[in-house]
Amino acid sequence: MTDLTTLEADLSAQVAAAPDVAALEALRVAALGKSGSISGLLKTLGSMSPDERREAGPAINGLRDRVAAALGERKAALEAAELDARLAAETLDLTLPAPPRRKGSVHPTMQVQDEMISIFAEMGFAVAEGPDIETDFNNFTALNFPEKHPAREMHDTFFFNPGPDGERKLLRTHTSPVQVRAMQRTNEKPAAPWIATTIEPPIRIVVPGRTYRCDSDATHSPMFHQMEGLVIDKGIHMGHLKWTLETFIARFFEVEGVVSRFRPHHFPFTEPSAEMDIGCDRSGGEIRIGTGSDWLEILGCGMVHPNVLRLCGIDPDVYQGFAFGLGIDRLGMLKYGMPDLRDMFEGDTRWLRHYGFSAFAAPNPATGLS
Amino acid sequence: MKFTLSWLREHLDTDATTARVVEAMTMAGLEVEHVIDPATKLAAFTVAKIVEAVQHPNADRLRVCQVDTIDGRKEIVCGAPNARAGLTTVYAPIGSYVPGLGVTLVEKPVRGVVSNGMLCSAAEMETAEESDGILDLDDGLAVGTPAAVALGLEAVIDFEVTPNRPDWLGVAGIARDLSAAGLGTLRDLSVAPVPGKFPSPISVKVDGDACRLFAGRLIRGVKNGPSPAWLQARLKAIGLRPINTLVDITNLITYDRARPLHVYDAARLVGTTIEARLGHHSEHGDEHLIALDGKTYDLGPRMSVIADAGGERPIGLGGIMGGESTGCSNETTEVFVESAWFDPIITAQTGRDTGITSDAQYRFARGVDTGFVVGGLELATRLILELCGGEPSDVVVAGEAPAPPAVVAFDPDYVRQLSGLTIPADRSAQILETLGFGIDRAGATWTVTPPTWRRDVEGKADLVEEVARIAGYDALPATPLPETARPAGGVLTARQNRARIARRALAAAGYSELLTWSFTRNAVAKLFGGGADELVLANPMSVEIDTMRPSVLPGLIEAAGRNARRGFPDAALFEVGPVFAGDRPQDQRLVIAAILAPHAPRGWDRRAGDDLFTVKADLMALLEELGAPVASLQTAQGSAASWWHPGRSARLQLGPKAVLAEFGELHPAVLKALDVDGPVYAFEIQVEAIPEPKRRGKGRPAADLPALMPLSRDFAFLVDAAKPAGDLVRAVAGADKALIASARVFDVYQGAGVPEGHKSIAIEVVLQPREKTLAEAEIEAVSARIVAAAEKVGGRLRG
Repeated sequence: MTDLTTLEADLSAQVAAAPDVAALEALRVAALGKSGSISGLLKTLGSMSPDERREAGPAINGLRDRVAAALGERKAALEAAELDARLAAETLDLTLPAPPRRKGSVHPTMQVQDEMISIFAEMGFAVAEGPDIETDFNNFTALNFPEKHPAREMHDTFFFNPGPDGERKLLRTHTSPVQVRAMQRTNEKPAAPWIATTIEPPIRIVVPGRTYRCDSDATHSPMFHQMEGLVIDKGIHMGHLKWTLETFIARFFEVEGVVSRFRPHHFPFTEPSAEMDIGCDRSGGEIRIGTGSDWLEILGCGMVHPNVLRLCGIDPDVYQGFAFGLGIDRLGMLKYGMPDLRDMFEGDTRWLRHYGFSAFAAPNPATGLS
Repeated sequence: MKFTLSWLREHLDTDATTARVVEAMTMAGLEVEHVIDPATKLAAFTVAKIVEAVQHPNADRLRVCQVDTIDGRKEIVCGAPNARAGLTTVYAPIGSYVPGLGVTLVEKPVRGVVSNGMLCSAAEMETAEESDGILDLDDGLAVGTPAAVALGLEAVIDFEVTPNRPDWLGVAGIARDLSAAGLGTLRDLSVAPVPGKFPSPISVKVDGDACRLFAGRLIRGVKNGPSPAWLQARLKAIGLRPINTLVDITNLITYDRARPLHVYDAARLVGTTIEARLGHHSEHGDEHLIALDGKTYDLGPRMSVIADAGGERPIGLGGIMGGESTGCSNETTEVFVESAWFDPIITAQTGRDTGITSDAQYRFARGVDTGFVVGGLELATRLILELCGGEPSDVVVAGEAPAPPAVVAFDPDYVRQLSGLTIPADRSAQILETLGFGIDRAGATWTVTPPTWRRDVEGKADLVEEVARIAGYDALPATPLPETARPAGGVLTARQNRARIARRALAAAGYSELLTWSFTRNAVAKLFGGGADELVLANPMSVEIDTMRPSVLPGLIEAAGRNARRGFPDAALFEVGPVFAGDRPQDQRLVIAAILAPHAPRGWDRRAGDDLFTVKADLMALLEELGAPVASLQTAQGSAASWWHPGRSARLQLGPKAVLAEFGELHPAVLKALDVDGPVYAFEIQVEAIPEPKRRGKGRPAADLPALMPLSRDFAFLVDAAKPAGDLVRAVAGADKALIASARVFDVYQGAGVPEGHKSIAIEVVLQPREKTLAEAEIEAVSARIVAAAEKVGGRLRG
């Protein structure tokens, strides 16, 4: 028994002193391996008498179990220490900068266009489109612009040189020509699938797009964005126009207390015609919506002129309706406080960073428009 | 158009304030731009009386005055020669701003005597251009009276006249609308004819369509000269310069009745006929005229010319400007007064051709009252006789007035139908009648005759506008739109939705959206395959933006260049917008373009920066987001357009005719032309080339989630160095469509162990067992098929 006691003491000391997992493993093999010291003792049990075995068996097995346990404990301790040491060595300086990730953005005009479409979609408007290069007929004549109307003058409209057929195309000065495309009775298929073509009344569309005029200052730019609206049905009157635009404006600006008024105006393609003003405050040098006692003109509108309906093949005694034109960039400038229209098209990344919108700012009834 | 309240009161019996008038105008459709009120500018200036004026002790030309002012008795030093005791003049206190001097008064000694304010001249207050002393006012004015009141200065209302309402270019027309709007009663505008005393020795003649009606008369024995103060004041108040009485009368009537007139010095006329005709071409060249502005104008064949000397000598551009040769001066004693109706379109065109925008041209171009041609002449006659004396001839007339506006059949209930307003028929009738419309109310449908000055009224909708705007748009009943069936799944078309998704996806991927011009300079358009004549603007704002763009890329690249020059060279930009291959509607296409010009800041970790494959990854991810069949896309290396780096660009296509996108590195020569440092990586997607999604509903097919674990095998093939890896990968992936889930390159190697002119491409093939785990023999069989497929495209298994 003394041998066992000595062996156990010896092994315990060696386990405790094992410097690493490898040494411990060597120790385990030396003690518990096939030809290990304790394994050797266990093998002797077979040659013992039953009485001897009854005494030595539990002793040797007990020794084996205790040594195995000690090895296990020591191994766990050594592994923990090794992990600690490794982790200590793996320390990263987290005050170092992460690699930069670019922050993208949606252009404010397109954000505002999405916002406007979402409001009008809720009111049952579809989105129609047409080409930027238009005919004089669609841009002016069909919209009841008299010949030599001031807006037809070179001052406002970008023209192309006349083609071989003598026709002089132009860049549309508003998105209203799409009205004509949507209303006009024709058997011809549109030139491309995306271009608006005959819609049987009731018609309820908005038409966003690029528009062009020869003009440049803080509120004018040779290119800008407009959204035309058109509603044609039986029994549509100016009260519907008023409700539609008042509702739109109240929802769009997302501030309390937006007030508006309608004033008579003149547009060749509507009769009666109106402009809509909204209440604002200009006292601080910038325009604030939803407060103040000043008025700011924000859109033109009116009942579609009977001549326009007639020209498109719609009987004005059966159907009537309204149209309106909204400046998309301009509404964005007012809502989000951008002072100069020309900045919209400059592409200054600092400006985009400041005024642009997150990809996740898509209009949503639960969170608002942006 | 400008006018004053006192002028308005000539025609409108009203006690409305300026503010009330402005409000009523605005709500009736006369858009007031601003009100210029001299009282605001002159608020600090008030009437004062000099009690005593003594010689300044230290200066010969200065006087020290004791002045009764609104602020009490003040000692004021004054240098004006007319400063004398008893003078009623204008006082400005210390601290006030004197506009004519551009200074704010401070208390300081003048040659040793402190001046406690200033006595002012008209020039110092900017109420006259020059003056030779301080104001000498009526002694009846009380001390403290505001200077603007003392000088009779009035607020001027400036408003925008819409092109449909030329009658608003006269104060009487404004008064008529304001009376309808309830601001007062319109005074009688009729003019009683003045009988002629003798036959006119000058006859008139009309030829051609430029002048439709020409009326005139001679008035002899007139005395011309400066017009009376009231007339000068009226003209000056709205910014017109008085000339002489005869001319001032024509200007007055122009602004009072929107009725331009012309006066000829009859003594300077040649012959006895004045003829209104079109310009003549002759072998000696076109005619010309020295107009009243002193400039010489060539007269074209579509211009309205007034000529004397048997029609030979041009003496005026009809409806636009008279000639210098027959203008009226202070010496004029015989005047021929012209009142005519010139064609609006010809007048507008002549105005554009000559660059003349006179008050007459502006009015004739918009159309003057066809019913007040002779009336205007009679009004002028009355004023001339009153102010210049003389004796009028009979009126001579040539031509015929254009037909008056046609009568309109009008159901008064149409007001409600079109406007939604509930207005009693009597009220509608009253509004129309106040505006000058004639109404025959026999029967349910009225017969409405528009007045001759309302040539814009052509149908019943116009009548509704008249009633509604006077009744007030505030009363329009806001009425919700009727409910309609909404399209299932949203209102956007697939194309519109793709533009929306692209925007959000690219923004999330770190790209900033730009909106750049649809036009660019021609050279740039040519660089990107465009620039055709049909896409060049005839009247561009600048040559920098004269050609419709064939691609969005140059706009983005140039923006990156501008940002780099501002110190921000790192750019990830995109735009979703139109490009133009021709001038027909179908030539306009929607593209999604993005560029990446990586200039990441230096990193401590030496991480590899973005490169062309970053852009490829973003492009593929976006195409997948847009619903493009990405798995079927071929990458056609080297087939992209000329503006790309020939070795680093490709097309993504479903076939040679179905190109969805091009991507790559921009050609260095193109970047140089755009003055931008490379490299710039980019892609441009043709949105319309992406097939429309086939499925309509929202439901999805059952998910394919095999229960068995996939296994992978690696292969390395030797191929020709110039061979695109994509060909090999496609061949490998297609070797067993049922089993091979994916094939992906994980190494490309050239060098030791690989023969010259070849490369080794290592591909990991993932096999997805379906029904049971694969036996070794099955795996061997697939491998053999993979190797065979690779061999077909020139790939040799590496030993």
